[in-house]
Amino acid sequence: MEALAHQIIAGIATGGIYASLALALVMIYQATHHVNFAQGEMATLSTFIALSFIQAGMPYWVAFFATIAVSFLIGVAVERLLMRPVQNAPVLTHVGVFIGLLLIIGNLTGWVFGYTTKMFPTPFESDQPLFGGLVSAHQLGSTAVTLAVLLLVYLFFRHTKLGLAMRAAAYNPRSARLVGIRVGWMLALGWGLAAAIGAVAGMMIAPVVFLDPTMMLGILLYAFAGALLGGIDNPMGAVLGGFAVGVLENLAGAYVVGTELKLTVALIIIIGVLVIRPSGLFGRVVLSRV
Amino acid sequence: MTTTTRRTLLAGATIGAAGLAMPNIAPAQETPGVTANEIRIGSTNALSGPASSYSVISRCLEAMFQRLNEQGGVGGRRIRFIVYDDGYQPPRTLEQTRRLVEQDRVAFLFNQLGTPTNSAIHRYVNQRRIPHLFLATGADKWANPKEYPWTIGWQPSYRVEAQIYAKYILEQKPDARIALLYQNDDFGKDYLHGVQDVLGQRFSSMVRTATNEVTDPTIDSQIVQLQATGADVLICGVVPRFAAQAIRRVFDMGWRPMFFMTNVSISVGAVMQPAGPERGVGLITSDYRKDQSDPAWADDPGMNEWREFMRRYLPDADLTDNNYTYAYGVGTTMIHVLRQCGNDFSRQNVMRQATSIAPMDIPVLLPGIKVQSQPDNYNVIRQMQLQRWDGRSWVRFGNVIEGANV
Repeated sequence: MEALAHQIIAGIATGGIYASLALALVMIYQATHHVNFAQGEMATLSTFIALSFIQAGMPYWVAFFATIAVSFLIGVAVERLLMRPVQNAPVLTHVGVFIGLLLIIGNLTGWVFGYTTKMFPTPFESDQPLFGGLVSAHQLGSTAVTLAVLLLVYLFFRHTKLGLAMRAAAYNPRSARLVGIRVGWMLALGWGLAAAIGAVAGMMIAPVVFLDPTMMLGILLYAFAGALLGGIDNPMGAVLGGFAVGVLENLAGAYVVGTELKLTVALIIIIGVLVIRPSGLFGRVVLSRV
Repeated sequence: MTTTTRRTLLAGATIGAAGLAMPNIAPAQETPGVTANEIRIGSTNALSGPASSYSVISRCLEAMFQRLNEQGGVGGRRIRFIVYDDGYQPPRTLEQTRRLVEQDRVAFLFNQLGTPTNSAIHRYVNQRRIPHLFLATGADKWANPKEYPWTIGWQPSYRVEAQIYAKYILEQKPDARIALLYQNDDFGKDYLHGVQDVLGQRFSSMVRTATNEVTDPTIDSQIVQLQATGADVLICGVVPRFAAQAIRRVFDMGWRPMFFMTNVSISVGAVMQPAGPERGVGLITSDYRKDQSDPAWADDPGMNEWREFMRRYLPDADLTDNNYTYAYGVGTTMIHVLRQCGNDFSRQNVMRQATSIAPMDIPVLLPGIKVQSQPDNYNVIRQMQLQRWDGRSWVRFGNVIEGANV
C-alpha cells in the first residue's frame, strides 16, 4: 500500500515535468495548428543559455527572465526565417522543417555546450526531503510555476484581444486577415511565446533530470501524450493530461506491464486518444462550416 | 561418380563466390598489409560528433607507434597506423572499415571505438578473417571465440564487472536481497548476465530487477519499486545521467543499501558532483587502471613511464583525461603482441599471438591485474579492484577480484 502511494507521488512529480512541456505544445498548436517536434530541443537550448547566464554571475531570477526574453526572440526568428518561406507549402514540408530543426538545434547545442551531464541550479532549495524523499522542494516549486504559466496562458487566450486574434489567425487565417489581423505576425508571436514557455519548462525540468543535449528527447513524447490526452487545444486539459500520464506510466510500469514497456504505455495513450476521442478528454469538438 | 561431380561443382562454386565477394583479397602466399619495411594497421574512432572526446585514444596510439618507429619498429618494419573518422555512426564504421581492408589493405584492425559501431562490422571482419583486435568497448560479446574467433576485446567487460560485484556480495552478505536496475539494452543486460553467472540457481530467489530505457525522463518509479522489495543491496547498470538521479533519489528516500554503480558512470564531474558528493558516500565501484590523480601513484615507476611518454610525445595533452592511460595500456598490449609475432605477420599468426598472451603486467594497470589471453578465453583483462566514494574521491579497498569462469 505504501509502495502504491509512493508510485503515485513519484508519478505526480514526473507528471509535472510532462505538464510543463505539454503547455508549450498547446501554445504552438493554438497559434499555428502544428505540433513542433523541435520544441524539446529548443527548450534544451534555452536551458543551456540560462546556465551560461548563471555561470556568468547573474542572479537566478534575472537569468530566468533574461532567458525567457532571449528564447522568445529565438522563437520569433525561427518563424520569420524558416517557417515563413514555406508558409503555404503542404503539411509534409512543415514536418520536414520541424525534423530538420530538431536535428540542427540538438547537434548545435551539443557542439557549443558539450555532451557532458551538467547540474542545473534550482531556486527552491530545501535541506529536508519531503514526502519520504519522493518529492523535492524543487518539484513543488516547479509545479507552482507550471500552474502559474497555465493561468497566464489561460488568461491570455480567453481574456485578451491579442489572444483572441492569435486563435483566429490559426483557426481561419483568411477570415482573420479580412478583419484586419496581421496573420503573419500572429504566427511569429505564437512561436515566440511557445519558445518562452519551453524555456520555463526546460529550466524547471533540468534540476530534476540533469542537463545534457538529449534531455528532452524522451520527455517530448510523454508531453505529447499528455497534451493529446487532455486536449491539445486546451491548456488546462494538457496540464492535467501531463500529470495523468506521469501517474499512469508509473502504475502500469510497476503493476501491469513491467518497466520494459513503460514507454509503450505513452504510445498506447497517444494512439488510444486519437482513435477513441481525437479531441482529448477536455478538448472541444470543433465543427467548421465550409 | 556422383561424389566427384558434386565435389567439383562445390569447389567451383566456392571459388566463384570467393572471386565475386573478395575481388581485392591478396593471394594466400602474400601477407596483406605487410611489406619488407612496413606493417599497415587500421582503426576507426569518433574524430567528430558526440563521442569525439574519445578521439584522444587514437592520438595517443599514433604517438606510441611513432615512438616505436623511432626505436626501429618491429621485425625491421615501421608501423603505419591509419585512423578514419566514423562519427560513432555504425554505417560509417562499416564504410570506413571496408575502405581500410579493401583499399588501404591493412594487415589487421586495432582498437576501433564503440559497441554499436563494432557490432556493425563484427560479421564482416570474421567472414573475411581479419584480426579485429583489442576493441575500445566494454561489451561482453567480443569474448566469443567459438562464433567470432577473429574479434577480441581488451578492457574488463561489463559482465566481468557484474560478476566481481556478485562475488563480493556473496562474500560479505551471503543471504543478501539484491535489487538490480539495468538499462534495457546490450550494455545493461551484461550486468544481468554477470550477476546470473555467479548466483546461478539462487538468482531467482535473491534478485529483483527493474529496467529503464535511455529515453526515460526519470528512474524514480524504478527506484521506488526496487526499494519496496526490501532489498539491502542495489546494483545499477545505467548511464551517467541516470546514475546521478539514482544516487540522489536513493539517498533522499533514506534507503541505505550496499550500493554498486557501473564504472561507466563514476565520473566526479558528470555524476558525483551533479548528484551531490555527500549523497554518494559509501557507493562502491571498480577499476583496473591506476588513477593518475591518486597520490599513491605520484612516484610509481609505471606511471612515471607514462608521464615521461606524455611529456615527450603529447606535451599539450590534458593529463587528467584517463583516456590517455587507457590508450597507453592497450597500445602497450598491441606492441607486445607485434613483438611476439617474430617475423610472421600473417593474419593467422597475428590472431594466434593476440589470443595467447602469457599473463603480463602493464605499467598503467593496478598492481596484480594482468593482461592475458587464451585461445578459449578472450577476456583479456578479467580482474578488478573495488573502490568506494568517501565524499571527495574514490578510495580503493580489498584485494584484486577475478571474474567468474564461465
